[in-house]
Amino acid sequence: MIQVENLKCHFDVSGSWLARLINRTGRILVKAVDDVSFTIHKGEIFSLVGESGSGKSTIGRLILGLENATAGSVHFDGQRLDRLKGAGLLAQRRRMQMIFQDPYASLNPRWRVKNLVAEPLRGTLPKAERLEAVGGLLQQVGLSPADGDKYPHEFSGGQRQRICIARALAGKPEFLVCDEPTSALDVSVQAQILNLMRDLQDEYGLTYLFISHDMAVVKHMSDRIAVMYLGRIAEIAPADQLFENPHHPYSKMLLAAVPSLEGVGKERTVIQGEVPNPVHPPTGCAFHPRCPHANERCKAEVPRLIARSDGSEVACHGVEEGRLP
Amino acid sequence: MEGAERSQEESTGQVQPLLSVRDLMVQFPNRRGVLTAIQDISFDLMPGEILGVVGESGAGKSMTGNAIIGLLEPPGRIVKGEILLEGKNLAALSQQAMRRIRGRDIGAIFQDPLTSLNPLYTVGDMLVETILTHLPLSRAEAQTRALDMLSEVGIPAPHERIGHYPHQFSGGMRQRVVIALALCANPKLVIADEPTTALDVSVQAQIINLLKRLSKEHGTAVILITHDMGVIAETADRVCVMYAGRIVEIGPVRQIISAPRHPYTVGLMAAIPKIGSGADKLIQIEGVMPRLDGIPAGCAFNPRCPQKIEACTRTVPPMIAVAENQLAACHLFTKPGGA
Amino acid sequence: MEVTERIRDSLHRFFDGDFWYSFTQSKITMISGGVTAVMLLAAFFAPLISLQNPFDPAALNLMDAFTPPVWAENGSWAFPLGTDNQGRDLYSAILYGSRLSLFIGFASVSLAMILGVTLGLVAGYLGGIVDVVIMRVADVQLSFPAILIALLIDGVARALLPNNRHEDVVVYVLVLAIGLSQWVNFARTVRGISMVERNKEYVLAARLIGISRPLIMLRHILPNTMGPVLVIATISMGVAILLEATLSFLGVGVPPTEPSLGTLIRIGQDFLFSGEWWIVIFPGAALVILVLSVNLLGDWLRDYFNPKLR
Repeated sequence: MIQVENLKCHFDVSGSWLARLINRTGRILVKAVDDVSFTIHKGEIFSLVGESGSGKSTIGRLILGLENATAGSVHFDGQRLDRLKGAGLLAQRRRMQMIFQDPYASLNPRWRVKNLVAEPLRGTLPKAERLEAVGGLLQQVGLSPADGDKYPHEFSGGQRQRICIARALAGKPEFLVCDEPTSALDVSVQAQILNLMRDLQDEYGLTYLFISHDMAVVKHMSDRIAVMYLGRIAEIAPADQLFENPHHPYSKMLLAAVPSLEGVGKERTVIQGEVPNPVHPPTGCAFHPRCPHANERCKAEVPRLIARSDGSEVACHGVEEGRLP
Repeated sequence: MEGAERSQEESTGQVQPLLSVRDLMVQFPNRRGVLTAIQDISFDLMPGEILGVVGESGAGKSMTGNAIIGLLEPPGRIVKGEILLEGKNLAALSQQAMRRIRGRDIGAIFQDPLTSLNPLYTVGDMLVETILTHLPLSRAEAQTRALDMLSEVGIPAPHERIGHYPHQFSGGMRQRVVIALALCANPKLVIADEPTTALDVSVQAQIINLLKRLSKEHGTAVILITHDMGVIAETADRVCVMYAGRIVEIGPVRQIISAPRHPYTVGLMAAIPKIGSGADKLIQIEGVMPRLDGIPAGCAFNPRCPQKIEACTRTVPPMIAVAENQLAACHLFTKPGGA
Repeated sequence: MEVTERIRDSLHRFFDGDFWYSFTQSKITMISGGVTAVMLLAAFFAPLISLQNPFDPAALNLMDAFTPPVWAENGSWAFPLGTDNQGRDLYSAILYGSRLSLFIGFASVSLAMILGVTLGLVAGYLGGIVDVVIMRVADVQLSFPAILIALLIDGVARALLPNNRHEDVVVYVLVLAIGLSQWVNFARTVRGISMVERNKEYVLAARLIGISRPLIMLRHILPNTMGPVLVIATISMGVAILLEATLSFLGVGVPPTEPSLGTLIRIGQDFLFSGEWWIVIFPGAALVILVLSVNLLGDWLRDYFNPKLR
């Protein structure tokens, strides 16, 4: 359904023209997304995981056209989105929606809930039908139609996220980008929202791109997972397989780092180092300074994503050479 | 004075709790009335122990920590209860006396390492300043201690880094600096409020391990406030679960995780997605935590509780022993006909 | 039926809300609010409560000139605050003068607000070259004193219009001159807010729904700028009234036949040392009280809308 090919997004973070001239520095580019390709099938939940600066949120925004790609393409249902214009583009855009991380910032505080949810329906339905539709949507996400008369500040974080979901669903989209939809919520509420998203997927046959840093949530939600590190995909694998048998050293590290209830008081082998500054990424494989298996080749050459027989794709010289399982 | 207290403790021969909080109650007067943020908070903390405090946002966990270090934001104030640190009631101390206690006896680590460091001072300046305020050392000795602290919290090349400003450190390194600052006067108690929330997963693990190691080596007691049960599971000795301003359950971390008794704790544990399980649907607690101005009568959890009985809507349940060292505030465990 | 209920409901919400509460928490704010309201009402109903029409030459009698205030020797109840050199009753002149001052203030601030908010919104939301051009113009404008710009515009208007026509349009020239010298403050603030709001998730959500850029600016971003804009408008109001008084004092404002507060002060200053102090003191005091209470209101609004102080 979604096909992302060699997508790149570079941000110019250099100073003004004058400052560059005075300091005799060139342009500084941050490669937020660098040569990323993947496919999302209809009806599946595809997840992007990674730490801050991995470019996972940027990919979501690129697909929806909220940012402009430097290079590469996004196909939606066979149509290349950046080639579409005007009404054709609008028609495709209406089939895709987004749920944001911060339910406090994604609802205009000055609007009543019914107007917020009805906004995508403006101009398509007469007022009475619109209000009826809003009532139905609110019920669908577990609120009551009477809640439509209230303002966002009268709701808790979880309820606001329900409102956001109702608004996203109003235009009857087929594809939803969910950017950290539960990371601002409390655990008990997180479970409610995740369950709701699952139910809605079953009911409408939705396709999700799920973006998160929380491995446990991703495990619970996804069919397939792409692990990202500094703008590149390190590994793509079916969810169960990634958790049972991760190939890339970074995937292994991420899994080991998740604090778990099972590990009461256990001592863990802690991974050294932090995610490097994306302005000055390491050469070769970006993970090599933190990788226990890095060799000279890893420092020099960027590894390519290579498909394996078990259905996963891994970008690691060690795995490719058979040094690592 | 302090020495006298200490020798008295030793003479009794029994390990006294480092911190005893008794019936603590914090209120916020506002123009529509008085909001009670936390109430009936009672617990003991042994020297060197790590106590985890969990709860959803608004449960009052940060408020409890702030009340102990005397950093309640006005108009919030302690209206009832005692906070006994080695027998001295902190709740009755003046702001000035509290300032002397903070930093020397109690250290603090906050969520955002960037805003808890002054961007205009070097890391060394801040450390030396803090050490000189609380310890009777010369400037040179303080400098040496600052270097020791930096290498102890795992900052590479401390001689070089001591002259750097906070913005020159990465997020994880900054949090290490904050920990060094909190520990540099050798406090007996550290209050860590969401110390890993702003950090990446891999760095989070490093900071947890660092906190554990330092607590063990220095015998520092830690109150670890977080919403992340996983962090508590790996770090804490005991855990205290808060809901709507009250403690609902307290006990050893292993017992709380494997055998929670209060229905809220049971639901909370079930709602956490686990890597090990393949369940299709998460178990969820219906509804949301009430706001401070709308806490229901009786047990605050009763509208969401699947095991609600008639008494729950009438009286606030007391803390009852439900297992060894484990207390829960729930009417299911009160003797029938007791209340 | 439903309408009255709704009005009652919104009134209740207003007096029960934070805004009214914050207003009642400071005595100074309440006093300045009260004074402003009284002066607004007095200016509005000037024809009803004045003793003569000071703008009507036929109503003036030169024989009454230089009458001192009522409590002084030779004072008369016909002219409670005395008269000026034309025999104009100062009490009535102040009422009509503040009416003129307030009108010019309101009109010029409205002009500055419409201009500044529109440009700021567009500059902040669109960014890029549009932003650069608008903000450079603002920078250049900011490097000229407001009074100089006003003098310039007034000078151009005088040169273009024949002298007798100028008197008819002078009020509008003043509005234009003062308005144009004030828009930059609005534009800068609104630009800042709109740059922040443009990246908020609710604006992204609106973009995803396919709402056009003008509509997003109007429906989503504009309402968020209203608080700060109200603050600037109030403070600009004080500045605008003073600017008008200054221009009139310098002789490029409203003519002496229809004096504003500034014109009255200019007339009065000729007689300040010859013993007729009241001609300058009373209009001056009225001006000070008006501007001071408007500014105090502005200060309170600024504090009210500043999240750091709440």
